[in-house]
Amino acid sequence: MLRISVKRKQGQFTVDASFTVDSTGVTALFGPSGAGKTSIINMVAGLSRPDTGMVMVNGRRVFDSEKGIDIAPEHRGFGYVFQDGRLFPHLSVRSNLTYGMKLVSRNKRTIAFNDVVELLGIAHLLTRRIANLSGGEKQRVAIGRALLTSPSLLLMDEPLASLDEARKSEVLPFVERLPTQLSIPILYVSHSLTEILNLADTLVLLDSGRVQSVGPVEDVINRPELASVRSQNESGAVVPTVVDHHDLSEGLTYLRFGRNLLKVPHFDVSEGAKVRVHINSRDVALALSPPAHTSVQNIFPATVEQVTERDGALVEVRLDVGSPISAKITKKARRDLELKTGQRLFVMVKSVAISRGANGRHEW
Amino acid sequence: MSTPFLTPLEAEALRLSLWVSTWAVLGSLPLGVLTAWLLARWRFPGKVLVDGVIHLPLVLPPVVTGYLLLVLLGRKGVLGEWLYQTLGITVAFNWKGAAVAAAVMSFPLMVRAVRLSIEGVDQGLESAARTLGAGPVRVFFTITLPLVLPGVFTGVILAFARSLGEFGATITFVSNIPGETQTLPLALYTLTQVPNGEEGAMRLCIVAIVVAMIALVASEVMGKRVERRMKG
Repeated sequence: MLRISVKRKQGQFTVDASFTVDSTGVTALFGPSGAGKTSIINMVAGLSRPDTGMVMVNGRRVFDSEKGIDIAPEHRGFGYVFQDGRLFPHLSVRSNLTYGMKLVSRNKRTIAFNDVVELLGIAHLLTRRIANLSGGEKQRVAIGRALLTSPSLLLMDEPLASLDEARKSEVLPFVERLPTQLSIPILYVSHSLTEILNLADTLVLLDSGRVQSVGPVEDVINRPELASVRSQNESGAVVPTVVDHHDLSEGLTYLRFGRNLLKVPHFDVSEGAKVRVHINSRDVALALSPPAHTSVQNIFPATVEQVTERDGALVEVRLDVGSPISAKITKKARRDLELKTGQRLFVMVKSVAISRGANGRHEW
Repeated sequence: MSTPFLTPLEAEALRLSLWVSTWAVLGSLPLGVLTAWLLARWRFPGKVLVDGVIHLPLVLPPVVTGYLLLVLLGRKGVLGEWLYQTLGITVAFNWKGAAVAAAVMSFPLMVRAVRLSIEGVDQGLESAARTLGAGPVRVFFTITLPLVLPGVFTGVILAFARSLGEFGATITFVSNIPGETQTLPLALYTLTQVPNGEEGAMRLCIVAIVVAMIALVASEVMGKRVERRMKG
């Protein structure tokens, strides 16, 4: 259990955030820049001090203003991966990795040096100087350095934000492996929906220093209040699915959600595995009758739940297909179809992005 | 000590200068680094005053500093008398006094160089070390200090050079005693005041230039080496 309740005034800005989440898997602190994500994670780490509040990790109180508890960062036993890496420039990669490890007594080390080096693929870097590493390599070393302290909680502050797309996709698979291969709870700060969908189990949505909502990713992500923090090209719905079966002769994988089956290009994941699918609202088209003669493979019956006016010529239609999804259509299309709440129609899903269980996007 | 080039008196002055300057720098180095760290990283009441007092020797006439040292640390001085009676230590009119004078005069240069260097250290690295389990003292010795070594080198060389050249405060505080407090600049000055001293003065002048050049080149080489170590 991770219980955080902190209040801190920083100039004009006040962080006042409380939430309690299960301390297994990955909990993401998500919100726009300036939402107070980094402030909160710094208070958890002990690098900044809340004016009032408390921080409790697995029943251990590391901060409590009422009881006068404020454990120094070096005694909290949390690993911290910073956005900018913060590797020590005067030490080699190996010395960076072992800096914290050496301060943990042998019988308390739960993570072996060789395992971490292998997991992160950094064996060939050990003798290098920090200045000679690429951005992606630096972040992998920074993750390893934090892991080797055998932390009871791993804090990650936008560890991929300073990397370009190519470097991101180089590091992301390593980060994805952490929760399954090492059973360390992770508190992950991000403003990227893609990262959240790839990694997180639980989502804490923040805005202006306050918690907007907390819950499993699939629940929180589809709530309307999230629309304000999402960028345009990320708007859409997340649908939790289960791998139903593969059809190798057609090269397709069938994903089940509710009573529907979603056809996607075959990808290598075992049947029964849970896969998260992101359906962008621009990739959803509507039809009043079941369309015949179309190339679109995924057509589902749906009910209109709500129609919301958006900027310009577009409206957003929230639909229920057994799981909420949304479509962006023009105002003219809305008039032509005479859409109203409760109306039954058909959705055509042109493309989905598979976020978990496979790497990268699958579009067609 | 005597060399074919220098007379015993001149050689003694050179030896004494190096000896006094070395002790002045080594003795003030820990305090200098600590002071620089306090000024760079902490806010405390009276900080402006502390900063001012440290920098005073840089702007006061050296003779005034020397006289103040005499008043404070002389055999009958406020601190000097206590030091002599309780610990049996005196710095009046001996090489230790010359080292104290040189240390006081060069202290601001050392503090400035180290302070600038500490201010340049990314405090994020220190925070990172804390999250890795290192306490503040360990962080200082394993992260901060190694990162400011170039600044410490610069400070040491500046202070050493300033100590070698120290004249006014030394002659006022500990006088001009051959073999005890007569450092190279004092010996040179003395030689210019006696008949037929020009030749000796010129020899000491050359020695001073050579020593200064060696110090500069050594600092350059060491600075490069440290820099290379940082950048890999």
